[in-house]
Amino acid sequence: MQRSDYLIRRVFFALATLVVVIGFNFFLFRILPGDPIKSIARSPRLTREAREKLRVDFGLDKPVFFDGERLRKGDVLGAFDTQFTAYVRALLHGNLGISYRSRRDVAEVLAERVWRTVVLVAGAETLALLFGVVLGLVSAWRRGTRLEMTILLWALISWGLPNFFLGIILLLLARGHLPVGGMATPGLKPEHGLAYWADVGRHLILPTLTMAIVYTSSYVLIMRSSVVEVLSEDYILTAKAKGLNTFQILRDHALKNAMLPMVTMVALNLAYTVGGAIQVETVFSWPGIGRLMYDSVQLRDYPILQGTFLLLALSVIVANLLADLLYSVLDPRVKAE
Amino acid sequence: MQQLREIWRTFRRRPMGIVGALMLFSVVFVAIFAPWLAPYDPDVKIDIDPEDLLAPPDVEHLLGRDDAGKDVLSQLIYGARVSLTVGFVASFMSMFIGTTVGLIAGYIGGRIGNALMRLTDFLLVIPDLPLMLVIISIWGRGLWKIIFVIGMLGWTYNARLVRSQVLSIRERQFVLRARAIGAGSLRIILRHIFPQVLPLILAQAVLSVSGAIIAESSLSFLGLGDPTLVSWGMMLNFAFERAISRMAWWFLLPPGFAIVWVSVGLIMMGTTLEEIVNPRLRTHHLFDPRHMVALIAGVRPRAEAEGAME
Repeated sequence: MQRSDYLIRRVFFALATLVVVIGFNFFLFRILPGDPIKSIARSPRLTREAREKLRVDFGLDKPVFFDGERLRKGDVLGAFDTQFTAYVRALLHGNLGISYRSRRDVAEVLAERVWRTVVLVAGAETLALLFGVVLGLVSAWRRGTRLEMTILLWALISWGLPNFFLGIILLLLARGHLPVGGMATPGLKPEHGLAYWADVGRHLILPTLTMAIVYTSSYVLIMRSSVVEVLSEDYILTAKAKGLNTFQILRDHALKNAMLPMVTMVALNLAYTVGGAIQVETVFSWPGIGRLMYDSVQLRDYPILQGTFLLLALSVIVANLLADLLYSVLDPRVKAE
Repeated sequence: MQQLREIWRTFRRRPMGIVGALMLFSVVFVAIFAPWLAPYDPDVKIDIDPEDLLAPPDVEHLLGRDDAGKDVLSQLIYGARVSLTVGFVASFMSMFIGTTVGLIAGYIGGRIGNALMRLTDFLLVIPDLPLMLVIISIWGRGLWKIIFVIGMLGWTYNARLVRSQVLSIRERQFVLRARAIGAGSLRIILRHIFPQVLPLILAQAVLSVSGAIIAESSLSFLGLGDPTLVSWGMMLNFAFERAISRMAWWFLLPPGFAIVWVSVGLIMMGTTLEEIVNPRLRTHHLFDPRHMVALIAGVRPRAEAEGAME
């Protein structure tokens, strides 16, 4: 199979996944009990007419998915004038609805918070990847030694450690030394320039560290088994026979080949990482997407919940697509199954 | 059966696996005998005196009291029941689905197999915890709903694992022979292929129990646990919301350590099992020969033994 075929298939799969997620997101929130109009306009004094007008304004008088009645009359286009197409059309315009609580535009709330989570996750992933690769390489090379057992045991323990609990432990330990909640010391504003950003950086230390520690473990384990596999290949024996020293073999022959599966793992791991972000942001009150999700669960703010989930799913799908594309560049042998 | 006995013979010589199994069984023991072990009824508020709320540990209450005056140790002991129930039932569900999908996709393949694998790939890229949050917050909180959601979302990895094993087993001599004498697909899958992948599934199942326990505690910590049951995650949720400002470590730390204890036990056990049953090479060319003896004595490479027989 041609490589372009492979790429086209991956892009197509990503698009299909996205369509299913959008459909799923639509239907899941459609089966909610209760009247959405009442959630937006809570006043019991709202007249029937006013409520009816709101219903028409929001398009809730239309059929949910498909208008069989109009199709039978021969109105093919009209049959698709439904809540679902309205939802998709609004999505394409970047309209994710309004928050039940704050009445703010959901897309606006997300745009304001998304970078805070991106910074947190990117920092934690970078640290985790760095430590994971080094520790994994070392533990595979020193297979069977006490060093390997120590690294392995530590990785297994932090694998079984829930993000939120590690966060609580670090919070208890660092209390008084480092800021443990929020994004900046109250009173400090972006206008203060450098002092403000330094303060934000200090607030980032604990949440980043928490996530990094938990995610290092999975990279250590994957890297270790990947390196073990690579080291048993015959070209390693050849390299050894050529008289290369261990460091050269590890750096030039083992590391490069063992890194390949890591590309896919980083992208796949992102699906777990965003879950970790919810827990860690909750513990440290970091006002990102994760904390938003926690708050909207508590407040039953469904439009926010729906928008957040869509954003998270979208970013993981895109990351996986990018990883597939990158992988096919790095490893020319790649073909679809 | 023969296979399982052989795995056990290797397993019992691995300290990591044995320690892990003991850690797990200590929790199973506590869960089964909770009514006899717990000093108090976990639901009863022992004192309503204001100064007894969040009281630190003393002789009567070894782990102190929570914000409602209840005994923390008793809640911890009963919490083991919730965690283990969720862990084992959800894991059984996802193992069942994953194995079925993997066997069908691997052996039958074709259009059905393809469709199943696309579904697996699809679920694999959907972020689990956010999806669980969304589903539970819409559907409502409840033990069986949590179990169902965790089980339904946790089978993807197992399906891929089983499928890749089946793909290689399918071409082996004994399967071809069975097909040649006229055995049907169902019979081949159940009698010839399933027993071959079973050890791998068991190792995976042990690991997936720990995943399910962590998932339940995360959901409970985020406030979506079953409101009628006190699980470890929910204790942490209460402790974090109400006791962290008072540094009530006796309420915060024990449930967390309990989660870590049981999940690390399961992970140690599962990893050991996986190393025994996974037919990958366990040595390499930069390997220090001094350690080789121990490894070979510990593990008989199953794959080679089987290969020689054919």
